[in-house]
Amino acid sequence: MAQTNSYSQSSNGVADESPNMLVYRKMEDVIAHMQDETNGIPVRTVKSFLSKIPSVFSGSDIVQWMIKNLNIDDQVEALHLGTLMAAHGYFFPISDHVLTLKDDGTFYRFQTPYFWPSNCWEPENTDYAVYLCKRTMQNKARLELADYEAESLARLQRAFARKWEFIFMQAEAQAKVDKKRDKIERKILDSQERAFWDVHRPVPGCVNTTEADIKKSSRMKQPHKTRKSVYGLQNDIRSHSPAHAPAPEVKEPTEEEMRHQIQHWQAQLDRHRLNMSKVAESLLSYTEQYVEYDPFFTSPETSNPWISDDITIWELETSKEPGQLRVKRWGFGINEVLKDPVGREQFLKFLESEFSSENLRFWLAVQEVKKRPIREVPTRVQEIWQEFLAPGAPSAINVDSKSYDKTTQNVKDPGRYAFEDAQEHIYKLMKSDSYSRFLRSTFYQELLQAKKKVNNWLRRPDVFILTTLTHSSLVHRYHTDSQQSGPSLPH
Amino acid sequence: MCDQTFLAITFGPCDSCSENRPLMNLYIKTEPINYCSLCMEIMACQGLASGETLKSLKAESETLRKKLEEERKKLHDVELEKVAEKAEALGELNMKTRRTLKGHGNKVLCMDWCKDKRRIVSSSQDGKVIVWDAFTTNKEHAVTMPTTWVMACAYAPSGCAIACGGLDNKCSVYPLSLDKDENLAAKKKSVAMHTNYLSGCTFTNSDMQILTSSGDGTSALWDVESGQLLQSFHGHSADVLTLDLAPSETGNTFVSGGSDKKANVWDLRSGQNVQSFDTHDSDINCVKYYPSGDAFASASDDSTCRLFDLRADREVSIYSKDSIMFGAASVDFSLSGRLLFAGYNDYTINVWDVLKGTRVAILFGHENRVSSLRVSPDGTAFCSGSWDNTLRIWA
Repeated sequence: MAQTNSYSQSSNGVADESPNMLVYRKMEDVIAHMQDETNGIPVRTVKSFLSKIPSVFSGSDIVQWMIKNLNIDDQVEALHLGTLMAAHGYFFPISDHVLTLKDDGTFYRFQTPYFWPSNCWEPENTDYAVYLCKRTMQNKARLELADYEAESLARLQRAFARKWEFIFMQAEAQAKVDKKRDKIERKILDSQERAFWDVHRPVPGCVNTTEADIKKSSRMKQPHKTRKSVYGLQNDIRSHSPAHAPAPEVKEPTEEEMRHQIQHWQAQLDRHRLNMSKVAESLLSYTEQYVEYDPFFTSPETSNPWISDDITIWELETSKEPGQLRVKRWGFGINEVLKDPVGREQFLKFLESEFSSENLRFWLAVQEVKKRPIREVPTRVQEIWQEFLAPGAPSAINVDSKSYDKTTQNVKDPGRYAFEDAQEHIYKLMKSDSYSRFLRSTFYQELLQAKKKVNNWLRRPDVFILTTLTHSSLVHRYHTDSQQSGPSLPH
Repeated sequence: MCDQTFLAITFGPCDSCSENRPLMNLYIKTEPINYCSLCMEIMACQGLASGETLKSLKAESETLRKKLEEERKKLHDVELEKVAEKAEALGELNMKTRRTLKGHGNKVLCMDWCKDKRRIVSSSQDGKVIVWDAFTTNKEHAVTMPTTWVMACAYAPSGCAIACGGLDNKCSVYPLSLDKDENLAAKKKSVAMHTNYLSGCTFTNSDMQILTSSGDGTSALWDVESGQLLQSFHGHSADVLTLDLAPSETGNTFVSGGSDKKANVWDLRSGQNVQSFDTHDSDINCVKYYPSGDAFASASDDSTCRLFDLRADREVSIYSKDSIMFGAASVDFSLSGRLLFAGYNDYTINVWDVLKGTRVAILFGHENRVSSLRVSPDGTAFCSGSWDNTLRIWA
């Protein structure tokens, strides 16, 4: 699904495009379209009682517009996205501190770009104190402090007790400036200012959308861009001298690094590639083969424990007898039988009955070595060498001379990968020889069929009671069979 | 007499050739050097030459890279979606939250399943790591780490230990004891040491080795018992944010993704970067192998998830929508590889049809970012961890 990615084409070298910025730009793009004169959301002034409510639009307006213009499937999605945009402060309900989108007549207003999150705001508590203080100086019912705001103000008063006179003065000054403004303009600005604080000091219980992932925050700290002061209290770094912190230097690559890079490209070019049609077919056939094992498509034989609260399926899997579906899966590829502990056991049992189990035992032993603590490796390597490869080894395996020589060398200075070449050779041998014999063997076929017969027979209601006893005796017999020839895997 | 300005030239042994000659006094990066004019010229030429060498190397590298892109394009004879048209359409998927795990006091950052298909370990911003029986929703163990932002955690294959780490730059292993009262922190073992935060960790097929990724730009393989570094992997030019081990029994590779927008495939044995993919537009937050091991998916801050095939050596599908604007944080495949579950920073989980490239469902429920998402070992459910302090099991 090709997507025209118009946002980050200039990503190379644009260090500014931190992950957050990418999202802000996308939201701002939507806002720009929402504010479009012809095709945007109609913004109007609404008459209410004795006053006018300037510059608003309803929640339903937003939802309708989104469904029409944003390729959104339904109202639920529109509400979710709209709520997110409100939570980030791009538009807000004019009569509520809680920033959500409702699909009704609730009135919303756009935020002024000055307060957009893309301006990297990090307002300080002193600013918040000035703001709350200023609010208490204004005699408007609509500007009365909410409970949580009153609590915050009290806390801030305690925290900034020494500075309070200064903060109070600032608040007074701000209030004075505000009074001079045109009444309508004031309404709008007040609401926008409040919405700004609703984003940066959200109502308790609401998500704080300004919280950052600590892994990315180091890149987001751009001192030359961050705005900390809303009311000009701090030394706003931005308004300071132009000699601010320089952007992080991009290191020039060294000659050695470039040579290494060239080697890398060369190696990539030499790689053998498959064409898409083959790859696509392979992906398709894989999913088709495994779809009956995927609980999201095929309900497990008994039931999905998370849905039914019945854990039978898990109990069955831990039991030693593999179900038919599980046995069938071993036939998909040698990796499947090697991956499943019961599969390995059965495969080994079969090979032992044919007196050809050295290959598999060697392979398993080498796998084991790679999983042990590094301290044990030298001893293990010696043990494996003695058992499988040394002249006169009891379980001698057949490896090509090249791998044999290499392995002989490796064993002198044993590491975890001492037998890598030999193991690869043996794996190929097993895949083409032992594994295919296993699948064709009556041993495997019986495993595949036997359960099926029993299961089907058992399911007939008239047979059910009679066979309960017989079934358990069959199970018992199978158990003892599999316990007889316990192979001793090198431990 | 001409009005000439004379350079004050000293006379003495040249720093370079030691001959007594008139010297020119220069400062190179605040270091004073005194070279004779001949040596000065040689140095200037060498400087030019190495500048030239670097320039020509850069040009060569760029040429090769472009050639590689062309070669990859040549084999792109069909789109995956086109071939997938013949695949059966997916019916309605009825996924719901089946369990909610409450107990963390702050954002859940990471989680991992136990091989027993029901237990889960999760870690949080407040430093707590909790082991749950997700089926009963009971908490079975809890550890308080000496650090906040525990960004990575993993369950050992045996089910007898967990590993975790974060801002402490370490990965520590805690053996889980059956004795509920025992203080887990007492048996803590520090295994990995990085020089920046730990972003991811996983046990490799055994309790004895751990693979870690870090904000210091490297990944590393460690021996748990001794804490010895077995292999390190260098190649990312920025923080490594995620890694995933190849599911094969014979495979020896893993894939990592970083803030440098690259996804790299590594050979565990040699430490070499064997394949590299560079098509994302922002940080890669999560990588996960396709169940066959032939491909992997990635989730990125550019709000897309992509599928990369290792045999085709290219990106083969992109999962995105205009209405999805927030970064994708975590992905995982269903057992057959047909579905891709992705958790996003917009609090939702989107379910994609891997073959057809379409979105088949959107799951609401979390009240803040979804930070981590994994399908259970038998594919019967998947778990999502979120910044809303909870984990949810979906099936």
